[in-house]
Amino acid sequence: MNPITPITPLAITQHTLVSALGHGRDATFAALLAGRTGLAPRHFETAAIDSWLGVVEGGEDIAWRDDLAAYDGRNNRLAELALRCDGFAAAVQQAARRWGGHRIGVFLGTSTSSILQTEVAYRHRDPVTGALPDSLHYGETHDTASVARYVRAALGLQGPACVVSTACSSSAKVYASAQRLIALGLIDAAVVGGVDSLCMTTLYGFKALELTSADICRPWDAQRGGLSIGEAAAFALLERDAAEPMGWLLGAGESSDGHHMSSPHPEGAGAVLAMRAALAQAGLQPQQVDYLNLHGTGTPGNDAAEDRAVGAVFGTTLPCSSTKGYTGHTLGAAGGVEASIALLALQHGLAPAGLNLRMQDPALHSHILREPLRQPLKVVASNSFGFGGSNACLVFGAVQ
Amino acid sequence: MNSIHFEILGIGLLGPGLTDWASAAPLLREPDQWRSVPTVVPPPQRLPATERRRAGPVVKASIVVADQAVAAAGLDAAELATVFASSSGEPTNCHALCEALAAPDRMVSPTRFTNSVHNAPGGYWHIAVQSRQPSTSLAAYDASFGAGLLEAAALCATRQAPVLLVVCDVPYPAPLHAKRPLSDVFGVALVLGPGSGVSLALWGETAATSCAHAGFEAVRSSIPAARALPLLQALANGVPAVVHIEGMPGMGLRVELK
Repeated sequence: MNPITPITPLAITQHTLVSALGHGRDATFAALLAGRTGLAPRHFETAAIDSWLGVVEGGEDIAWRDDLAAYDGRNNRLAELALRCDGFAAAVQQAARRWGGHRIGVFLGTSTSSILQTEVAYRHRDPVTGALPDSLHYGETHDTASVARYVRAALGLQGPACVVSTACSSSAKVYASAQRLIALGLIDAAVVGGVDSLCMTTLYGFKALELTSADICRPWDAQRGGLSIGEAAAFALLERDAAEPMGWLLGAGESSDGHHMSSPHPEGAGAVLAMRAALAQAGLQPQQVDYLNLHGTGTPGNDAAEDRAVGAVFGTTLPCSSTKGYTGHTLGAAGGVEASIALLALQHGLAPAGLNLRMQDPALHSHILREPLRQPLKVVASNSFGFGGSNACLVFGAVQ
Repeated sequence: MNSIHFEILGIGLLGPGLTDWASAAPLLREPDQWRSVPTVVPPPQRLPATERRRAGPVVKASIVVADQAVAAAGLDAAELATVFASSSGEPTNCHALCEALAAPDRMVSPTRFTNSVHNAPGGYWHIAVQSRQPSTSLAAYDASFGAGLLEAAALCATRQAPVLLVVCDVPYPAPLHAKRPLSDVFGVALVLGPGSGVSLALWGETAATSCAHAGFEAVRSSIPAARALPLLQALANGVPAVVHIEGMPGMGLRVELK
């Protein structure tokens, strides 16, 4: 393999998100500053799994376009909520006027799409034939690519589009895909991000794997018992150049563990490669990073592996925190959500505190922030790791 | 029009009446010799026994074609970055999970849940070949082959190193089959390398190239991964050609073989 060479920084001209912290950047920032979680012990739909969840409110209430009626499902409703926040859709329209709609790609991450619609349909099969009800629009809701097709259609874009679905690294890896196509001159701009919504598959699946906690998730805590599942949508607009960017994508590193389908490499060997690749693309040394947003799911194994990897790359003095204690683990949306949090951190000079941390696990040595750090930040990195041994690290830079 | 340039270093293929590239290439050149028989997925020798037991059909078919392509390219599998694409992922597994979740006790198998991730083929492949190279997994509905080819070509051009592309689809069982009727299993793998023999560009003005042979066209139009067939026929013919590959509505790929 050829050595990784630095990339040209890529302008981020707009970003937004919805999560259990609320709708839009301001609500998110207020919660991060105050150290307020969006998680609550609650049920979702017909699921009662005795855990804390990060639920997005308001998706059911929005008016839905008739011409995209078939796309109506929980995941696409979260996407639509986010498109309406912070003037995101308007910013994309402006970019489309500048570059042409066929020169703007749509690359979004999700893990389960709107599978909830199929899960509900399976409860209403025809008693004689077993057929699913006519009301299920598989291709527009459950199908993995649904959210990319919906967002492309809703924004009226005509460029290339696809979903990246690499479990919990999905919506970090879309930044790398978009960056490559812009650098190669195939497109001039891209809508990137991720959307994942609560469903029975993940709620009962993670429970079956004994990875969910009955307690609120406590990344890096000595007593951490697993993750709290959340849902979210996050978008960013990347453009070839911009007069007034909100931040810069400096590097996007990717790697595989090649170790196990559902457990990370115990030494975080793949994670180390992803972080080093991101730094190499950014042309930065580890000590030039001011804050690292950890993947930090709060499961015993994930946090231990990530702690070793972070130590190997950055040592133990870099200010770090996981924001899963605020939003829950939003799975295929996590990379996009935490990219947006990284951009907020750069804009406001705020490295959020790690929530729900009572006593740091003495076996873990990363410097987890117990209080929010308020100081100018120039470079922020964000880790995202997923099942199948999929690793990604993004490095963002502040506007000088 | 910006384009990306690369070479094709190895091909793997599995589909109805198609068992590997060496035996399929003459049939792609002379389609009247081809017989439409259901796809047979052989057990992937690459997978360790425990993984072979756990893996579903899309993982197995993906690994079989990946192995064919890497062997044809004569490269070390562990050195290759990979792009996996599939429209539907692992359909039998998805059906079993949906059935379990519709039952009163909602007992979900942890292995089934682990295997439900769309990147299961990529994950199993990188475990089998012990590779820490980057890997991505894509879905783009009927445009999944085009999306995978674009991603792999961009990765190859950016890294200036070979990239393995694997695109595979497996039909759903009932009742989801009625909602998404794919006709059979189809898998294709290409090893892309730096070079100039193939150029690829985004192209919105021409409809996707179809197969002249009615049997191949039925396969092409009924399995997203089989949208590769016109390109595979052009590669089998080995003469300069231009092929248009299905993308999202109004935005396909123009591939030129020099």
